[in-house]
Amino acid sequence: MIVELGHFILVLALSVALVQAIAPLYLMRASRDLSRNAALGVAQRAALLQFVLVLLAFGALTYAFVRSDFSLAVVFANSHVAKPLIYKIAGVWGNHEGSMLLWVLIVAAYGAAYARFGRVQDGFAARVLIVQGWLGVAFLAFLLFTSNPFARLIPVPFSGQGLTPILQDPALAAHPPLLYAGYVGFSMAYAFALAALTGRAEDAAENWAKRMRPWILTAWIFLTLGIALGSYWAYYELGWGGFWFWDPVENASLMPWLAGTALLHSALVAEKRDTLKRWTLLLAIITFALSLSGTFLVRSGVLTSVHAFANDPERGLFILAILAGFTLVGFILYGLRLPQLAPDRAFRPVSREGLLLANNIFLATATVTVFLGTIYPLILDALGGGKISVGAPYFNAVFAPLTIPFALLLPLGPLLNWRQGHLQPLQSRLVLAAAAAALVTLGMVLTRGASVMVVALFAAALWLLFGAGLDMAQRLAPYRHRLVRFWALPASAFSAPLAHAGLAVMLLGILAATQWREEIVVAATPGQQMEIAGISLRYDGLRDVDGPNYSAEQARLTYLSGPHSGAHLFPERRFYEAERSQTTEAAITTDLTGHLYAVIGEPSGDKRVLRVWYHPYVAFIWLGALLMALGGSFALATRLRRSV
Amino acid sequence: MARLAILFFLLVSPTHALDPDEALADATLEARARALSQELRCMVCQNQSIDDSDAPLAKDLRVFVRARLQAGDSDDAIRAAVVERYGEFALFRPRIAQHTYALWATPLLILLLGGYLGWRMAGKSTPQNTSTDS
Repeated sequence: MIVELGHFILVLALSVALVQAIAPLYLMRASRDLSRNAALGVAQRAALLQFVLVLLAFGALTYAFVRSDFSLAVVFANSHVAKPLIYKIAGVWGNHEGSMLLWVLIVAAYGAAYARFGRVQDGFAARVLIVQGWLGVAFLAFLLFTSNPFARLIPVPFSGQGLTPILQDPALAAHPPLLYAGYVGFSMAYAFALAALTGRAEDAAENWAKRMRPWILTAWIFLTLGIALGSYWAYYELGWGGFWFWDPVENASLMPWLAGTALLHSALVAEKRDTLKRWTLLLAIITFALSLSGTFLVRSGVLTSVHAFANDPERGLFILAILAGFTLVGFILYGLRLPQLAPDRAFRPVSREGLLLANNIFLATATVTVFLGTIYPLILDALGGGKISVGAPYFNAVFAPLTIPFALLLPLGPLLNWRQGHLQPLQSRLVLAAAAAALVTLGMVLTRGASVMVVALFAAALWLLFGAGLDMAQRLAPYRHRLVRFWALPASAFSAPLAHAGLAVMLLGILAATQWREEIVVAATPGQQMEIAGISLRYDGLRDVDGPNYSAEQARLTYLSGPHSGAHLFPERRFYEAERSQTTEAAITTDLTGHLYAVIGEPSGDKRVLRVWYHPYVAFIWLGALLMALGGSFALATRLRRSV
Repeated sequence: MARLAILFFLLVSPTHALDPDEALADATLEARARALSQELRCMVCQNQSIDDSDAPLAKDLRVFVRARLQAGDSDDAIRAAVVERYGEFALFRPRIAQHTYALWATPLLILLLGGYLGWRMAGKSTPQNTSTDS
């Protein structure tokens, strides 16, 4: 009964979304203020109602998963009675239909948040909600017509097939909601851009960039966290400590992140300096188009990948139509309005605008590189050029030299004035930062030794780190003797230094973890000792352990030296009965300076293969991502306190 | 769906499958073998290098690579031998050739074009002294 209600409510949500998308358009055609307010009122109420309805439908599906109602096809295919409650709930979005329902829920949530919390009540706000309404229509129709989560099975199966064991993990339970909140959040950038590109002159909102920024920041923070969490999950779950594979689906999330990062910075220029506005509008449309292509690539099965749990050409075509439709409408409106947009205000190359423009050029190049690398094999094959692979070596080869000038220029941006900046007053401090970076790099070269590219990257990352410190010091300088006023500093003063330092920390982590990783592979008998990165370990043997819905063999390793001496590591291999598959659970000891990472392999005669890695400073990668997200949150917090 | 679930499982099942008996005694050769293995695609897996995969075919190829290295072949010769067997699909680092010029050159071209446009945009205009906000 609840399931039928859920289905019915979803249909109702589609009709409400249609009202949100169409009714305000009619009301706005009359130019009187009264009807414009009526248009906004209708759009706001419809947005709130649509959210409540989708939330109820989502609740109905969650209920079916928690109750293990196997009469539902998605529950049957993705759940099992013997599964912890948290994974029954996470199972809701651990499949195609449910994850698209989550997507729709987040679209509706953003619309409702804007309807409820947007402070300026004008025609512009109504147009934003209309665009959100159309998005709701498109994805609700996709859900209902091609991916109905409430489809029943007859006869009702006795038991479910279970959730793929590697998805039964707390990080993976949170990964899709975070990622979607990021992807979908960029729909707000699109909606704001379209609202800025449409409407009558008297309705135009000159401050669209200012109104857009909190929403892009929100999306960017979620996407940063979502990608970082996915990477961390891959690191500890896939069995050897890789954290980024340049897999097509990872690339699909990286593209909107890169474009969104560029958008954050260009929108800042558009807001503060009234320039780069045309580029910012285009970038907003492109960023959302890239978010949609991410969904298309993942959900259509064009690119086979770990994430493509549903390969269905009909769904692929539908999403392709949504992608093409929204992108085309965006580009057409942009092209029509472009001649009427005010020309950009002037600035010098050496100025904050100039450096932010450089940031955008580098990030755009990075976005194009990822895009090209991901689709080049498809295009070449379609043109009859044969099958090739574009993998990690290609992306690394392009990204490494691109990162160096990017990181070298980056710290200068916040230090320069708007319009026309001067480097001379900063000279002594910049030399100091460069000298510090050079000194630490020299120390690294003397102790470790590395290739020219690695040395250059290392130095650039350190320069970026010290440059961020310099930026922070500059911001605090006026308050040196007035600690009380320091506390009155808005949180946003910390946002750029934190985020930039985060990038530096992440780069250092990537360099250390890829360049200085150590590895041993041994076929061990109980009592055997091994040594890695100056740490002595002893293999004590295997035993069987049971979990809630799996049985496992667990090895024990004992530290014989160092600060952890006497402590144990328990790597496991788990067998999931319901799903008839197995996972490896690495045992990881975390120190600030590195991770010891142990995994059990196959039996080798009467011995057991053990694989142990030392990943130096690997945690810096996710620590850096957290710092970036924290920097974004500080900017957002200040913004929210002022106005939305 | 079940087929896909199996595929899914194959993809991410315990990876990094270099067995202890495969490694070469010569550390330099072994390091070259590892570097080379990371650039060769496991043909029956998805987006995994032979260094990462525990598929039997990947193991065969790892053994093959090491045998050729011990026989004194260059990295390029080994790559060529792999391409001869499996086609260019087996290379994660696409060869620089006519059909991949666009792939390798585009990032640089975009960067140069962006730099040129940006420089022209900022350079040709002289800032007026009207605004003062920072």
